[in-house]
Amino acid sequence: MIWDWDWTLEILPDLLTQGLLVTVQATLGGAVLAFVLGLFLALLRRSRRAYISRPVGAVTEFIRSTPLLVQLFVVYYVLPDFGVSMTALTTGIIGLGVHYACYTAEVYRAGIDGVPKGQWEAAVALNLPRHWTWLSVVLPQAVRRSLPALGNYLVAIFKESPQLSVITVVDVMGLARELGSERFRYLEPVTIAGLFFLLIAIPASILIRRMERRLDH
Amino acid sequence: MTTETQPGHDSRAESERQWMIRFDKVVKRFGDVTVLRELDFHVKPGERVTLIGPSGSGKTTILRLLMTLERVTSGTIEVDGRYLSHTRRGDRLVPADEKHLRQVRKKVGMVFQQFNLFPNMNVLRNITEAPVRALGVPRDQAEAKARELLELVELADKADKHPSRLSGGQQQRVAIARALAMEPEVLLLDEVTSALDPELVSGVQNLLRDIAQQGNLTLLCVTHEMRFARDISDRVLMFDQGQIVEEGDPEQIFTEPEHQRTREFLQAVLDA
Repeated sequence: MIWDWDWTLEILPDLLTQGLLVTVQATLGGAVLAFVLGLFLALLRRSRRAYISRPVGAVTEFIRSTPLLVQLFVVYYVLPDFGVSMTALTTGIIGLGVHYACYTAEVYRAGIDGVPKGQWEAAVALNLPRHWTWLSVVLPQAVRRSLPALGNYLVAIFKESPQLSVITVVDVMGLARELGSERFRYLEPVTIAGLFFLLIAIPASILIRRMERRLDH
Repeated sequence: MTTETQPGHDSRAESERQWMIRFDKVVKRFGDVTVLRELDFHVKPGERVTLIGPSGSGKTTILRLLMTLERVTSGTIEVDGRYLSHTRRGDRLVPADEKHLRQVRKKVGMVFQQFNLFPNMNVLRNITEAPVRALGVPRDQAEAKARELLELVELADKADKHPSRLSGGQQQRVAIARALAMEPEVLLLDEVTSALDPELVSGVQNLLRDIAQQGNLTLLCVTHEMRFARDISDRVLMFDQGQIVEEGDPEQIFTEPEHQRTREFLQAVLDA
């Protein structure tokens, strides 16, 4: 099998525009959901009320212990039976977002635990109301500490997004498969798709490592 | 743990204004360790009191109890005639709720050994955050006041800097300004110069000396710096094993201590 440059040039624009656009949408949508929902999960899990913290803990543990693929199938094929139906992409974004929220919740939790006790005590000594202690003292510091790990999850979400193709989302990978099936030739489209991920993931990882080093001191 | 305490039988009216701080049979235990044993002591409004004694003698715990960072195991504490961590219900005292704590805490401010400035805010914001959020002071007023306080601590040019850009001594001066911004009546100083490089200590001490002399602030100070204790205080309390073993004016304590433990302690500190 020899690399077909003509065909490569023919399919490249589609993969770059349509395919990559969907991948980026799925990644950013999923990441925003994961970052926001994860913070709420972390806070709920810290609740002093056991009837809140326990169930939240159990659900996050459950989601973390089952494969994303299974969750996507359930949301896409089973929920419509209960009258919930969404587009494939929306389903995918929610699936990715909720799945990774259960991981980012742990990141935030570590970030919150890492805020020194002295900060809380200073807030008490200044009589700062509880919610302002969270909003202006603890969370800004906790989120800052969490940024490198969140960045790593952003890259992870990006790399996992091709799984959405199993629920008919046509992202870079889905499109590559479609293009390949037209000619029963997968070398070019799938290689291109892989290169896309590589070209984006590597600089992103380098950026994150640099950020990590900056936050260290 | 006992959290209910019988109120004292003495006349409350008398104690109203006479004492700013009043400890009545205060016991504090951490697990099996008893840090304070039935401690009684009183501080008058405007009085400046220094607590000295070996580590683990319970000095810092007293400050932390007053700041409501810890709760008493038994006994009562009053600040300006109000129970600190109890409220009266009928003829019994019950542990106070957060609302009550917020009320009494208004009178008390604290400066910590490790400064505990908020690293995510600049200096000005560190000082204004609590007045704005806790007291509802309009931001421009809070900032004007903060700039005055920065003038006082001689850091007017650092208002926009973040704490990490300041030296330890400067950070501690900001922390002092931050505590003063809440206009407390009682200021607690917890080994405020212990974490500083030696050459930065005197700046902070001079500032505190000025503050002590100007205002009618009640000062409660834990320190290992005997010269500073002598300069700043009206009265010195020597602690050992959760109890006061000796008290008196600084001159007397430092020149002719009566108690054997005090002599040993001063000897050890001065030799260090």
